[in-house]
Amino acid sequence: MSTPLLQVKDLEVGFRTQTGVVQAVRGVSFTLDRGSSLAIVGESGSGKSTTAHAIINLLPGTGHISGGQVLLDGQDLAQASQHEMEQIRGRKIGFVPQDPMSNLNPVWSIGFQVEEAIRANGIATGRKEVKKRAIQVLKEAGLQDADRRLKQFPHQFSGGMRQRVLIGMGLAANPQLLIADEPTSALDVTVQRVILDHLESLTRELGTTLLFITHDLGLAAERAEQLLVMYKGQVVEAGPSADILQNPQHPYTQRLVAAAPSLASRRIQATGSIAAAESSIAADASTAAGETIDLLATAEARAEALEAAASQPPAIVVENLTKVFKIRGSGDFTAVDDVSFQIAKGTTTALVGESGSGKSTVAKMLLKLEDATSGKIVVGGHDLASVSGKEMFGLRSRMQPVFQDPYGSLNPLRNIGNTIAEPLSTHKVGTPASRRERVFELLDQVSLPRTLVSRYPNELSGGQRQRIAIARALALKPEIVILDEAVSALDVLVQAQILRLLAELQAELNLTYLFITHDLAVVRVIADNVCVMQKGRIVEAATTDEVFGNPKEQYTRDLLAAIPGANIKLGA
Amino acid sequence: MLWYTGKRLLQIIPVLLGATFLIYFMVFAMPGDPIAALYGDRPPAPGVIDQIRDQYHLNDPFIVQYFYYLIGIFQGDFGVTYSGQPVTEVLARTFPVTIRLAILAIFFEMVAGILVGLISGLRKGGIFDATGLAVSLVLISLPIFVLGFVAQYFLAIQWGWFSPTVGGDPGFVDLILPAIVLATISFAQIVRLTRSSVIETQSLDFVRTAYSKGLTRRRVVPVHILRNSLIPVVTYLGTDFGTLLVGATVTEGIFNVPGVGRTLYQAVLKGEGPTVVSFVTVMVLLYLVVNLLIDLLYAVLDPRIRYA
Repeated sequence: MSTPLLQVKDLEVGFRTQTGVVQAVRGVSFTLDRGSSLAIVGESGSGKSTTAHAIINLLPGTGHISGGQVLLDGQDLAQASQHEMEQIRGRKIGFVPQDPMSNLNPVWSIGFQVEEAIRANGIATGRKEVKKRAIQVLKEAGLQDADRRLKQFPHQFSGGMRQRVLIGMGLAANPQLLIADEPTSALDVTVQRVILDHLESLTRELGTTLLFITHDLGLAAERAEQLLVMYKGQVVEAGPSADILQNPQHPYTQRLVAAAPSLASRRIQATGSIAAAESSIAADASTAAGETIDLLATAEARAEALEAAASQPPAIVVENLTKVFKIRGSGDFTAVDDVSFQIAKGTTTALVGESGSGKSTVAKMLLKLEDATSGKIVVGGHDLASVSGKEMFGLRSRMQPVFQDPYGSLNPLRNIGNTIAEPLSTHKVGTPASRRERVFELLDQVSLPRTLVSRYPNELSGGQRQRIAIARALALKPEIVILDEAVSALDVLVQAQILRLLAELQAELNLTYLFITHDLAVVRVIADNVCVMQKGRIVEAATTDEVFGNPKEQYTRDLLAAIPGANIKLGA
Repeated sequence: MLWYTGKRLLQIIPVLLGATFLIYFMVFAMPGDPIAALYGDRPPAPGVIDQIRDQYHLNDPFIVQYFYYLIGIFQGDFGVTYSGQPVTEVLARTFPVTIRLAILAIFFEMVAGILVGLISGLRKGGIFDATGLAVSLVLISLPIFVLGFVAQYFLAIQWGWFSPTVGGDPGFVDLILPAIVLATISFAQIVRLTRSSVIETQSLDFVRTAYSKGLTRRRVVPVHILRNSLIPVVTYLGTDFGTLLVGATVTEGIFNVPGVGRTLYQAVLKGEGPTVVSFVTVMVLLYLVVNLLIDLLYAVLDPRIRYA
């Protein structure tokens, strides 16, 4: 038996701050054999990316390895000099970073950046040789027209294409080990699938050892033989992927398995297991605390509620909605093309599609943040095209948005109390005292402590911020809430909490949701009806069960197949 | 790009017309009689006054005078100074001197400013950085005339490294000390700008990616950090050029450089309308052209910028 390629022993990473050293990684150990694959899974802040950066000695800011060893072929990288590390990076360890948008230098051409990597690692010398190799590398990474696109700049590439470039650069020097740090988190599911398939076949061909970092348990289990679950800087569980998924030992892993939407929804479908309590969000009607959920009964209750809703006039009617953007030089671009749907009161309709499918534009037009080119939108009996400014103002109080990025949608200079109260004061609801009361009430509703009122957004976590955004949206007691990728930026456990919260609030307040997302797995647990959008058109619209159980369109099937972990069978 | 350049060049025309009008109006509104200023203590014969008034259209309303001046400009006639020299000749004599001074100053502030800023940024929090920040703050706070006199006294008079005054028809070497003084404030600004820009760029993802490709620090710093950090510095140079022209007036006065600044200053004191207007107009023109060049350079530095 040969020595393992990579051995991490009791790795400790600390960040110096003004108040002392913060330990981000505490005693992580693992072994990676040649040609094998390992995935590190955990939520943001668990130290998984920090571990990856520590291996190649590129910790950000004040980060430093404060203990332990990183042995690559017996050489301790934690003790290596800068010069030695420069020899190892690229040649022995390739790295594919997380965000394709920010990881290519915007001012240099793609060709320049790939050639630079090839030259630095001595793979080829001479202009022609280097260029030839660059084209070869990019073609291998799946960029077929590489020779034509070498002179182009990163902003002329799509996210998926950029990720291919980054993968190509990571593999340019045929490294023995490839570290892929959330390589596809920023991409659409279908693109993600294609890229990961490609990465897999490429590394298998080259015999590259793969260290995979991800927050998505389903993805990890699907792509790696071994799993390492990290929580707060420590390894809580490690072992073969299938074992961990089917029989998680540590409570945290158990919660993670239960909450992963892709896995959990399958579970409801396949076994109807009571253990799926964490993911019972789909059956929201009677999610009273502590109660054992009878899925059949809740499903019936939900169906009755839906039937009742169908007899009332719908909350939102969209007819033949079209939006055309004029683009200088290249003619018109039809973002939304003849879209029609209805949403009954108290129900959730999910608008699903990849980025660029026009789903967010529909939301903007509904909120009248963007004018429709043609078509009709009727909200609560009012045709948006003909309402006056004053009526619109009133209508806005009945229709509130929650946006994707909880970091960008809260004003950092306003404290939480003022943020939640802002819609109230804008619409002149109540007195300052009653508004304050309402803010407390809302904080209770979204399960946040009342003490938060005087805090600022930067002191809160992503999940807490999204709760604040939801509280703000609910402040005016709206009938309709438009959620534009409202849970996409959150970790799975937080995502599950928010989804459950949304479902509870819907049951309690009879809210109507338009839920916009690219993540079909989330749709499964929150929506009653689904509209699948592709290139501005609705290609399939049906109830959630129909779409998942019996998809009609090839595109929908592709989307469903691309859900990571969808084809993993959990032992029942 | 060509279309954009053409459009920008066309825009220069109304800006220049507006500038000449404003300046002409301000000179017109200056107190004092230009003829009295011309003759000083000994008043000329009454007939002469009328003749001069006629010759220079001084009896006509302001707007008519302005149009006479404009027509002259289009014929290449910028008027004459009080000493009888055509203004064009004075322009041709003084502008090369000031342009030489400005080029030298820009060279100093760019080279030294970017270098110091880069080192400060790379060694953020170190001794070099702390000293650089303190010194640049002092330099920014000092008025340029104080700096000029101090430099003149110590570097030239006391230690004799430079000649205290320039005079005559100066070459690049003669202008070194005035150029350093002129460059100082902008140098300090560029140090700070480069420093913060380098610090920001250094923490960006693509820099880490560059290292992860196996590139050495010696390659990452100039190619991925410095190059990207220069974009804001270059935009600063555009506005800085205006500051430089203002500073030149003071610096040229201190070091007796026969350039635009000194000549313009004296013309303003004497109320020489045509000279003042012509000088300022050419300065405005220069400023606009330099800023156009910088905007074009910006597009070269950052390929995401496309002018249409």
